[in-house]
This record gives sequence, C-alpha cells and structure tokens, in this order.
Amino acid sequence: MRQGALPKIVLAVYLVVLMLPIYWLINMSLRTNSDIVSGLALWPRHPTLEKYFQIFNDPTWVHGFGVSLTYVAINTVISVLVALPAAYAFNRYAFIGDKHLFFWLLTNLMAPTAVFAMPFFNLYYAVGLFDTVWAVALAHCLFNIPLAVWILEGFVGGVPREIDETAAIDGYSFPRFFVRIFLPLIANGIGVTAFFCFMFSWVEQLLATTLTATNALPFAAVMSRSYSVSGMDWSMLAAAGVLTMIPGAIVIWFVRNHIAKGFALGRV
Amino acid sequence: MNGKPINNRAWLFVLPVLAFVLFSSIIPVMTVVNYSIQDTMGANNFFWNGDAWFRDLLNPTTAIGERFNDALFRTLAFSIVCLMIEVPLGIAIALCIPRTGWLVGVTLVVVALPMLIPWNVVGTMWQIFTRADIGLFGAALTGLGLHYNVTQDSISAWITIVVIDIWHWTPLVILLSYAGLRAIPDAFYQAAQIDGASRWAIFFNIELPKLQKVLVIAVLLRFMQTFMIYTEPFVVTGGGPGSATTFLSIDLVKIALGQVDLGNAAAMSLVYYLITLTVCWVFFTIMTQLERRRDA
Repeated sequence: MRQGALPKIVLAVYLVVLMLPIYWLINMSLRTNSDIVSGLALWPRHPTLEKYFQIFNDPTWVHGFGVSLTYVAINTVISVLVALPAAYAFNRYAFIGDKHLFFWLLTNLMAPTAVFAMPFFNLYYAVGLFDTVWAVALAHCLFNIPLAVWILEGFVGGVPREIDETAAIDGYSFPRFFVRIFLPLIANGIGVTAFFCFMFSWVEQLLATTLTATNALPFAAVMSRSYSVSGMDWSMLAAAGVLTMIPGAIVIWFVRNHIAKGFALGRV
Repeated sequence: MNGKPINNRAWLFVLPVLAFVLFSSIIPVMTVVNYSIQDTMGANNFFWNGDAWFRDLLNPTTAIGERFNDALFRTLAFSIVCLMIEVPLGIAIALCIPRTGWLVGVTLVVVALPMLIPWNVVGTMWQIFTRADIGLFGAALTGLGLHYNVTQDSISAWITIVVIDIWHWTPLVILLSYAGLRAIPDAFYQAAQIDGASRWAIFFNIELPKLQKVLVIAVLLRFMQTFMIYTEPFVVTGGGPGSATTFLSIDLVKIALGQVDLGNAAAMSLVYYLITLTVCWVFFTIMTQLERRRDA
C-alpha cells in the first residue's frame, strides 16, 4: 500500500539516528582513555579490546554479570509460572472481585518504583534477604507478575473456548488439558511474556541497587561504583555498557516475529 | 467480560499471584502509611503525628510543599512534552516500516534495542554522547555555535532529558502502532484503492481508527513511565543544574534515602502513588470500554 521512496528514506534516517549513541559507545569502548581525551574521532584509529579483557579478568565484574543474569532468570521463571493459571482464570471465568483484582494488579505495574525503594529496603532487611539475588528477584515481581498476567491474558483470549470444551468432552482432566493441550497453544505468548519479564528486570536499576550491597551487586551497580573509584574511566564505562546490551540483543532475536504483538500486550 | 461461566474456584488459580504481589506490594505500602502518620525523635521512637505531614506537603507555602509542587509541575510538563513528540513520531515511523519482507525482522530488532539497555547504561551512554569534549552530539551542537552544556545550563539539561526519552521510548510507540497496523486486513486497503482514496484519507479513515486501542495503551504506558522517570536524569544531570531536572522520583529518593526524612518522604510517596492510581483507573476504564465495544 505504501509506494515511493520517502518511507524508506525516513525509516533509514530514523534507524541511523537511533544507532548513533550506541555506535558512539562502541567507538569509545575500543579506544584508550588517553586517545579519547586527545580529541574526537568518528571511528577508533587504533582499536583495542584491552578494556573488555580487563572486565573479563576482574572477578567483581564477572560476578556482577552473573548476579544480574541470576536474578533476572529467577524473576522470569517465577513471574511466568505464577501468572499462567491466573491469566487463564481471568480470561475464562467470572468470579467474585475479578475486575477489582485485575485493576489492583495493574496499579502495581504502574506504581513508581521510587515509592517502594525505602520500604523494600526495610522489608528485605527484616526478612534477611537483603543483599541476595532473591531480594531483587522478588522485588521485581512487583511489576513483572502483573505484566505477565496482562500479556498472557491477551494470548489466552486468542485461543477459542471451544478447545477447552472439546478437551473436557474427550475426557481430559483439567491439569492434563492445561499442560498437554493448552500450554503448547500459547507457546508464543509464553515466549513473549518471558521476554518482557527478562527485559523489565534487566533494565530496572533503582530497586536492584537499593536492595544489594556487596555480595549480590548487579553489573550495573559495579559500573556506577567504578565510576567514583577511578574518576572518569570513559573507556571502561563504555565497554561495560556495551556488554550489558548483549543479553538483550540475543533474547530479542528469538522473539522478533512476535515482539510487536507482545508490545500490544497480546491485544491486537 | 460477559458470557463467561461464573466459577469462584477460579480464585485458586489467582492465589499464587495474590501471594507474591501482596508480599511485594501491601507490606511496603503499609510501611509507608505507617511512616506518613508518625514522627520520630530517632532511636526508633515513633509517635502519632496525624495528618501533619500531608498538610505540610499539600500546602505550597511550606518549604516541602513548594518543593513538591515544583517537582510535580516539572514532571507533568516533562510527561506532556514527551508524549506530544513520541506519539506522532512513533506512528509516522510505524507507517514507514514495510508490512512484509526480510527487512521487517531486522528493523524491529534494531528499533527495540534501546529498550533493552539497562537504564543507567542509557544514562551513561548519553552522558558521554552529550559531552562537548568527547561526545558526538555535544561536540556537534557546540560546533554549530550553540550554547549547550548539560551540567551548567537548565535548558540544555531539559532538552537532553527529553531527547534521551524520545530516543529510548519512541520504539515502544512504533512497535505498538506497527502491531496495530499489521492487524488491518488487506481487504480494507484494496477497498480504499477502488474508491480512489488518498493517502491521507486512508490514514484518517482506516488506519487511525484501527490504531485507537493500541494508542490508548501506548499513551498511558508512556505517561506512567515518563511520570516515574528516575534513572536517566539521575545519571545524566543528577537532578540539576540546581533543581531544573529534579523530577518527582528523584526528589522522593533524595528525601527518603538521602535525607532520611521519613515522614515527608512517606507522605509524598502516598500522594504520588494516589495520582498514579487515579490515572491508572482512567486508563482501565477506557480499556474495558474499548474491549466491550469489540465484544459487542
């Protein structure tokens, strides 16, 4: 329906502008600090992977990366597992208080995280989870579980109700129907939901840094700490920043065909 | 939500969600409520303080009230400016993405990339990018003879935070709009072609109405996210220069964790939370109305 070269040009320009800051970060990460300070360069004249090797050889950085991936993984698994039956219930049945409950869940998704920073600190300190990956994983459930319920509810709605009824007539017990028939049908939805939980847990930093001190310091917190210790190690910061983009880029590739539908929360 | 069988045992399915979210929501909120009506002399001695914190907060003549008012106004202005730019831009770019072809997948991945970068890295990236000495953006603007300095000049700081947000989150609007556009059957376009409709007529009569629902989601998600923005301005400007970019979240964290001024912070948290709740309710009502219209 769209003819002419204009859309292509607009899109190309947009993508280039979008990539510029990212490119600049990569450019910085491949130059030494003295080279960076000596003047602007549109591309690295003497590219070096020195900073990347430094990061890989420093246990603090490696540990931080592991911590981040661990709490993100725990959070994603919890969120999806817990949200699946709830999404089914919300879509298929009417029950007392269903709308109010759904609304209350949404309010948590939209609550400003800053509001929760201080009470979360107190809560997790009191239950002895402070400075563990579990604290961050559980704290991120605050917005990821409601998000997962919301997205999955949309995908559940895409499966005709007749399938549930046919399975019941065929003598499937509910658990068997749910696992053997229903879950495969919404496999895409589950993938997309997992991606979103991953994404929002991976990018959130306020809670992640508030709830950790030394043992479970996330990668990004290591970054801001090295900031103050070493003054302005631009090259190191840039290299660390580039590394944080890699997990996201990998995950997004797997859901690329469903991502648009996922962002519409399964509601297109 | 009509035509569904009534089954109160469905509550069992919802219980796990309830348990998790109660733990991470109700307990913290009650802690805040607790702080908001008490005062402390230190050493964990709390006493009843009634609604004094709230009266201070909502009275613009007090120091904290004025501070809250300013931050609220700043945050609202920021949200509105971002929405006015991001929504039209997002729709326009979505219209430029082809409906099929091998380029689509690659384009969508690249478009989504900024959203997958941890927020403080986004801040760091832009901090470097906007510096006049080592950043392309800063150097280019200074080279053009413009007065651009993020840490000294409030206008520069504001523009920078808005540009960052546009860079970071227009992709959300693009992906939502694209999903909405893809859901329009080809037959609609063919019919329009037979009628000899212009590009503008197609946009206003076919595409925009079909985008209505995803746009409601986009506008409200974007509103909430801009309204609670914290990490990017914290890294890039630290809320400054002065208090030029001290948005509500930044101010709240400053008061709560920086000054450990629990009463003020708690009252502010609750008012902030209630504003969010109100907007969320409007959102939810509009959403359910739209779904009902679809079901009917």
